[in-house]
Amino acid sequence: MAILSRSRPVSGTMREAFAAHRVNWIDFAIWAVAIAAYFLVPTYLSLGTTVLIMILFTLSLDLAVGYGGIDTLGQGAFFGVGGYAAAYWALNVTSEPISGLFIGAIAAAIVGVLSGALILRTRGLTLIMLTLAITSMLQEFAVTARSITGGDDGLTGYKIAPILGLFHFDIFFHAAYLYALAVLAVCFVICRIVVNSPFGLTVRGIRENPVRMRLLGVPIRTRLIGLYTLSGAIAGVAGAISAQVTGLVGTDTLTFLVSGNALIGLILGGFGRLYGAFLGAALFTIFSDRAAAINPFHWLLGLGVLLILAVRFAPDGIIGIIERLQAAFTNRRRIEP
Amino acid sequence: MGASLTTAAALTINGISFGMILFLISSGLTVTLGVMRLVNLAHCGFAMIGGYIAMATVDYLGFGLLTALPAAIIGTMIVAALIERTLFRWVYGVSELGQILMTVGLAFVMVATCNIVFGSLLHALPVPSWLTGNLEYAGVVVSAYRIFLVGVSVLIAIGIWYMVERTDFGARLRAAVDNPRMARCAGINVRQIFSITFAAGCGLAAAGGVLGTQMLPLEPYYALSHLILVLIVVAVGGLGSLKGSFVAALVIGVIDTYGRYLLPTGGGFVMYALVLVLLLARPQGLFART
Repeated sequence: MAILSRSRPVSGTMREAFAAHRVNWIDFAIWAVAIAAYFLVPTYLSLGTTVLIMILFTLSLDLAVGYGGIDTLGQGAFFGVGGYAAAYWALNVTSEPISGLFIGAIAAAIVGVLSGALILRTRGLTLIMLTLAITSMLQEFAVTARSITGGDDGLTGYKIAPILGLFHFDIFFHAAYLYALAVLAVCFVICRIVVNSPFGLTVRGIRENPVRMRLLGVPIRTRLIGLYTLSGAIAGVAGAISAQVTGLVGTDTLTFLVSGNALIGLILGGFGRLYGAFLGAALFTIFSDRAAAINPFHWLLGLGVLLILAVRFAPDGIIGIIERLQAAFTNRRRIEP
Repeated sequence: MGASLTTAAALTINGISFGMILFLISSGLTVTLGVMRLVNLAHCGFAMIGGYIAMATVDYLGFGLLTALPAAIIGTMIVAALIERTLFRWVYGVSELGQILMTVGLAFVMVATCNIVFGSLLHALPVPSWLTGNLEYAGVVVSAYRIFLVGVSVLIAIGIWYMVERTDFGARLRAAVDNPRMARCAGINVRQIFSITFAAGCGLAAAGGVLGTQMLPLEPYYALSHLILVLIVVAVGGLGSLKGSFVAALVIGVIDTYGRYLLPTGGGFVMYALVLVLLLARPQGLFART
């Protein structure tokens, strides 16, 4: 039984499938804001880098949950494994950052293939619990295997060389912000190509109706494992960036809280739309940070109220509101002239 | 009796009493999740509310644990009924992801409210004087309170079984569960039945929260930190199956207790590995409702 059903009208999906190829104003707006933030709020670049990392991580979750209908609370496993792999690489092999990203992606992808092959036969609550169990086992392993992971202290004390030998990581996060932004842009383009490819369309078909896709001759499990692996690799990249720019990776990266926060951000923004991840993760991360800065003890109250109101007044997420406004605007234009 | 055998006996009894607490908390959730199709991630919050109500009555009204218990159950049921009638009404028709978001938000509000009202310290409710101390039989030493817990929980479990299987209300509930439309045609007020069941489930969770403070101490993050364990019990037991939750809670309680004793650092690993194996072997849980 699918606990998390997320069907939308087929006509909407078809229209979206064709519209998704076009570059629209949202593309310009979001990237313009990201670049403008670098110049306008230079004192908040540390928070900005965290936001970009969370966006990338939430984007990876959107691939699995929003497009594939893979209900997961175990995305933190990829984030953590990617981070540990990048830190291990920097400690023992080379401090060159971009190779570290690839190592993080490969390590997380391996976890994705192996765990996906094992658990993607199930759906719903069972799948959520299985993903959670795998994450928790990895976390227990990270705590216990001190010689590899540093135990509770995590891995730290590694240096990261300048990006491409040119840009040094500074304490003001100038290089880190642009580095995270560049990687996010590359991963976004990959995601966009994948979700609009025949592969992406069959995956969405599996989300809507697995039995029918099976009857059409689509190898469901292979496709889902492929999607889960790609999603894991991107989450691994997010973990690797986090490990590189903060100089620390700990067992907290492997908890379900990391996955839970990303899932909240994704639902808040709107799933299955890529940009939902951008808006939701940014809103969630900035709101949490500001609320915790204003009142470190009771900020959860504000966050809880925000989430309840969001479900009441924006059930499709922020991107749903934008789409509705856009639809209202185009309809009016169509009638008026 | 050898030392290892007596330790094993003590561990088993502790595990069973822990499992019974897990059963009390998860029994309401398996019904809401499996039957009412409501993903209520704030369920542990109701156990926490029960615990704090009991604490308040003990501290301010001078109640004992056993007189505070009914007060906590009734208080929690009232809170649950109010929330079900207002907030949850919004999300019955929403997608499950929306329900997750809303109930997580509700859990956050519960955590923050308890933090403001009761502070962030850990609390355990005082055990009645006649239940303190240990019982010893054939070299096995267990606390009297644990034995008492097992007894009370078994009584409550029998009570649940009787309500569901042997009463008129139980028959209506089973009818509403098996075929809501048909039940409605037969003149059963399905919505009302579910509302009552929801409140009752929260009352059971409150009982678990009050009785279990020795194992799951009260703290504001209670609502979130024990949620995973309770969800595991529901998933392993099979959605909507009370019998499944009972068996799963006992298995998880005993395994978790043994795991933490034998492997203090990696004890959780054993339990999660077991959950992985169980769910891969039986994806629908031990006792799936068909």
